[in-house]
This record gives sequence, structure tokens and C-alpha cells, in this order.
Amino acid sequence: MRNQIPLIIVFATGLIIIITFFIPHEPFGSLEQRFLIWYSIVAGFTMLLGLDSLTRYHLVRIRDKMSGWGFSIVLLFGLFLTLGLGFYTWAKYQSPFTLGSPFMYLYTYVIIPLQATMFALLAFFIASAAYRAFRARTSEATLLLIAAVLIMLGRVPLGGWLEKQVIDLLDFIPGVHLTALKSLSIFALINDWIMDIPQTAAKRGIYIGIVLGGIAMSIRIILGIERSYTSGS
Amino acid sequence: MKLIKDQKNYLIILVIGLLVFPFIVTSVQAEAIPISAPSNLKAYDKPNDGGRNIVLRWDLVAADTILESGFAGDEIYRSEDPNGQFENIGFALKGSGQYEDQSATDGKKYYYYVKAVYANGFAQSKVIGPISSRAQWFNAARLNVLIFTFLICFLVIWYIERAKKGQKLFVRRIAGLDAIDDAVGRATEMGRPILFSFGLSAITDVVAIAALSILGKIAKKSAEYQTKLLVPNYDPIVMTAAQETVKQSYIEAGRPDLYNETNLPFLTSDQFGYAAGVDGIMLREKPGAVFWQGYFYAESLIMSETGHSIGAIQIAGTTAITQLPFFIASCDYTLIGEEMFAASCYLKPEPQMLGSLKGEDTSKAIILAILIIIVIVGTLGVLLLKPLPLINNTFELLQKWFTAQ
Repeated sequence: MRNQIPLIIVFATGLIIIITFFIPHEPFGSLEQRFLIWYSIVAGFTMLLGLDSLTRYHLVRIRDKMSGWGFSIVLLFGLFLTLGLGFYTWAKYQSPFTLGSPFMYLYTYVIIPLQATMFALLAFFIASAAYRAFRARTSEATLLLIAAVLIMLGRVPLGGWLEKQVIDLLDFIPGVHLTALKSLSIFALINDWIMDIPQTAAKRGIYIGIVLGGIAMSIRIILGIERSYTSGS
Repeated sequence: MKLIKDQKNYLIILVIGLLVFPFIVTSVQAEAIPISAPSNLKAYDKPNDGGRNIVLRWDLVAADTILESGFAGDEIYRSEDPNGQFENIGFALKGSGQYEDQSATDGKKYYYYVKAVYANGFAQSKVIGPISSRAQWFNAARLNVLIFTFLICFLVIWYIERAKKGQKLFVRRIAGLDAIDDAVGRATEMGRPILFSFGLSAITDVVAIAALSILGKIAKKSAEYQTKLLVPNYDPIVMTAAQETVKQSYIEAGRPDLYNETNLPFLTSDQFGYAAGVDGIMLREKPGAVFWQGYFYAESLIMSETGHSIGAIQIAGTTAITQLPFFIASCDYTLIGEEMFAASCYLKPEPQMLGSLKGEDTSKAIILAILIIIVIVGTLGVLLLKPLPLINNTFELLQKWFTAQ
């Protein structure tokens, strides 16, 4: 019975959600929204679970003096400082998000710069990953390299400048009038074609597979065939 | 002397011109853009909705199509009595020509008129009505979705039944899933832990459920090999599900004593905070195998490149199309989109699982065939537009039916 109850709840919920998609009349019409509100409430309370897990994890690290335990002290200090400032601001300003409050000061001048710093690292990681991906070892990698170079030339100012220089250089050939090509922005056209045709086609192919896979997975979950969310029991 | 006289004449002309010019401009504007009332006003109950909505449509006034004409927009008035007091219920911006009254009470009869607002006056349309709103029991615009839902469900259940009866179903090899055992074995041989991440998946993402079945398989192997499994989490609900899955796998492997809840901690619900936390764990613990399974955003490459830098074997799987190139570039194996959903069937090849997979593939084949037919009809429709307009009309009909929402 312990295993059956979750399956019955999932089956009933799944069926109701499917029905609400096709029946706009009350009480079905607003059920999806209502379920989402319930989910938000439950998710809000599970943050306490997260808080408990995080605190215990780092307390164990500090107690056992595990590698890098000093960082755990910093983390717990930051966690409770943020929490404390949030409650203090809420009590003083009636909202933790009041501009100029201590909580928002912490958010604006500590959290946002830290997030931006992590995000900025992405540029360097893209460079290192691209270097490995574009090494022309196989025919596929060579194709990828060519496509990437063309895309880059079509998107950066250097591409336009290079194109103009090449056209100027070839202009000396008698009987060949390349001036009309200057206004065409060939690299930009190639870039648009790659992005609009092969790239979109591949993306949509994958997307159709994902959607159908998701539907089949959902049917398996609703029918109780897929039970991994109940720890597979 | 003549020069002074000429200057005097010019001055008089200039003064007269300045005095008369505003009147000329005003009269020209008034002539060019006459104040007119909105015409052809129609109101109807909004189709396929849950009620309380009435849609109003009217033809744009002449001034509506001219820039800086002094026309501001249309005020909407409503009353329950055509001869009673009308209430202003909203404003339609210039160029819209329609308004949706979302405050109607179902079954109650309403009368409407629209007032065009100009810089120098108003013009009111005729009063129309009575109109009432009502809720529909079926969203007819979603008939296409209903038909396809039935078709896909039928195919999935049909193939499940056939598989149950003993029909053998073929599943192609998926390299990323075959490599799971090798990756766990490699980490064990190196004496390093295994790291598994769901990315930013919430439990409402189907991909998180698919990732749970992969986690179950990895956890069982790691319990058998007595290798530490780390699962840092972004979402507390996913964390709870992951803890239960790993615990169950350890029990199934006969090693419940090895299960340690602190190896599956919650990190943070902040995207880059999570990326920083996972990177920190990887740099400290140096896992031998890393699994990125779930939904990822911009943090995917930050984490997988760090995994590459510590020399871990990495197996990724996501349905986030934009992140797939990053994983392909930085990981050893990548499960692309639907391969993730096939993972549970692949790892647990029971008839019911395999049957659903076959049903999914058949649905895909049907959709592909429909796409090809529509492309052919559409192309022929354009090529034979004049001699055979019927083909183009058929294409437009098909397009309309398939894209209706």
C-alpha cells in the first residue's frame, strides 16, 4: 500500500491535468493554476529541508576538520548573515526588498557581483572548449571548424572588414566588377543561411524527439510503469 | 529708398504669414483628418475559454492609420441597459481595433459602444448588444492536440501490450549509457569518488525523472564497488527524491551501511552559486567520473570544463538544446535529448518499458511522414498556384489546423 498511494496520486493528478488542458470550464479551467500554486507552497517549505541539509553538511565538515573546512565556516557565516539581515530588514522596512535596506545592500554589492564573476568565467571556458572541439582531427570536426569560422566572420566586425579588403584586392582584375559585392555582406549572408537552415533543421529534429520522448515518459509515469521518482520500488 | 520700401513690404508679408500660418496648418490638419466614429463594431463571446470574456472588434478610423494625427485611441463603454448609464471599462491603444472585456459575468447581457478619442474631440460608435459570455466545456482549438494525444497513447499502449506478449523489440546501442559501468569502474580503480549533478532541474521537469533512473543505476554500481557518490543539489525536492533513490539502490546492492545522506547535500538555488559550489567540490574531491544529467543553462560549460580540467571521465545528458554543443565539446559522452528519456528503458529493458519506446518511435515516424506530406503539398501549392489553387488552399487548411491553439 505504501508504494501504491504515490502511484494513485500521480495517476489521478496526471489525468486531471490532461483533462484541464481540453476543458476550460470551471472547475477544470483553473485547476492547473491551482496545482501550480500548491507546488509553489510545497516548494517553499522544502527550502527548510535544503537549509537543514546544507547546515548539517557543513557542520560535519567543520567537526571532522575535512579538507577545506575553513570555507564551511565562511559559508555558514554568510548563510546566517544573509538570513539575519533578511529578517531584520523585513521587520524594519516591512519588506526585505526595500531599496537601500541592509539586505538589498548585501544583494546588490555582494551577491550580484559574485554571480557576474562566475558568469564572466564562461568566456574563458568557451575559449578552451572551442579550442578542443575545433581541432580538425576528423572530417566532422573539420566541418564544425569551417562552420564556426564562417559564423564568427559573419558576426564580428573583422569579417566585414576582411571581406572589403579582399574585394578591393580583387578589383584589379579586368572585366570583373566586384563593387556590387561590397553591399552584399557575404559573410553575414552565409551566417544567416547556416543559422536559419541547417542549424534550425537540426535543432527542430532534436526538439521533436525531446517532445515525443517527454510524452512517452509522461505516459509511463501516469500509468505507473516508470517509478524512478518513488526510488524505483 | 526703394530698398527700404521693399524691406517694409517683406516685413508686412512676414508678420501676416506668421499670424495666418497656424490657422492654415490647423485647417489643413482638420481637413486631412476628419473626426470619425469607429464603424462595424462587433462583439462576441470569446471562444474556447473559461468564460467571463467578451471580444470587441471594429474597423480602424481613418486617423488611426496616420502618424501624429491627433488620434489617441478608443475608449470602451459598457452597460447592462442600452438606454442607461454606460461605464468606461477600458482603453484600446491606437492601431489595435480590438478589446477583450475580461470582467464580464457569465450569462449577463451587456451593451457596448466604442468612443474614438481625438486631440480636439470625440466620436462615438453605435451601441451594440446584447452580448453575454459563457464558459465552454471543450476547447475546440485543441482538437488537433487531442487527436495526437490519443494516437500517441494508443501506439504506446499497443506496443506495450505486444511486448508483454513476448514480441522482441530492438533498441539500438546508446554509447553514453553503455559507458556508465566503465566510468564507475574507472573512478573505483583511481580511488576517486563519483559526482552526479541534476543541473538546475526541478522535479516538475520530466528530464529530472529520467535522470533519477540513471542515478539509480550509478548508485547501485557505486555501492557494489564501494565508491563514494556525491550528488550536490540545486532543488530541495530533487534532493529528497535523489536521496531516496540512492538509498534504495544501496539497499538493493546489499550495502545500506555505505549510504551517507551528507553526500547528497543541498547547495543553493542560485544558478552561479550552484556552479561555484559544484566546481569547488570537484576541485577538492577530484572525482574520477562525473555525470551531468538533467536540465542545464549557462552553468553547463563552467562545470563541465572544470570536470575536464581535473581529468574526470564525463557523461552528460540534457534536453536543453542550447547547452548540448557545450556538453559535446567538453564531455566524453553526451545523451542527446530523447536518449535521456530512453535511458530508463535501456537500463531496465522490461517489456512495458521497451514497448513505450517503440510506441514513441512509431509516433515520430508518423509525424515525420505528416511533415513530408505537408512540405510537398506546400511546395506544389506555391508552384501550381494559378492552375491548381486547390493545392495551396489545402496546404493553408492543413497549416491552420495543425497550428491552431
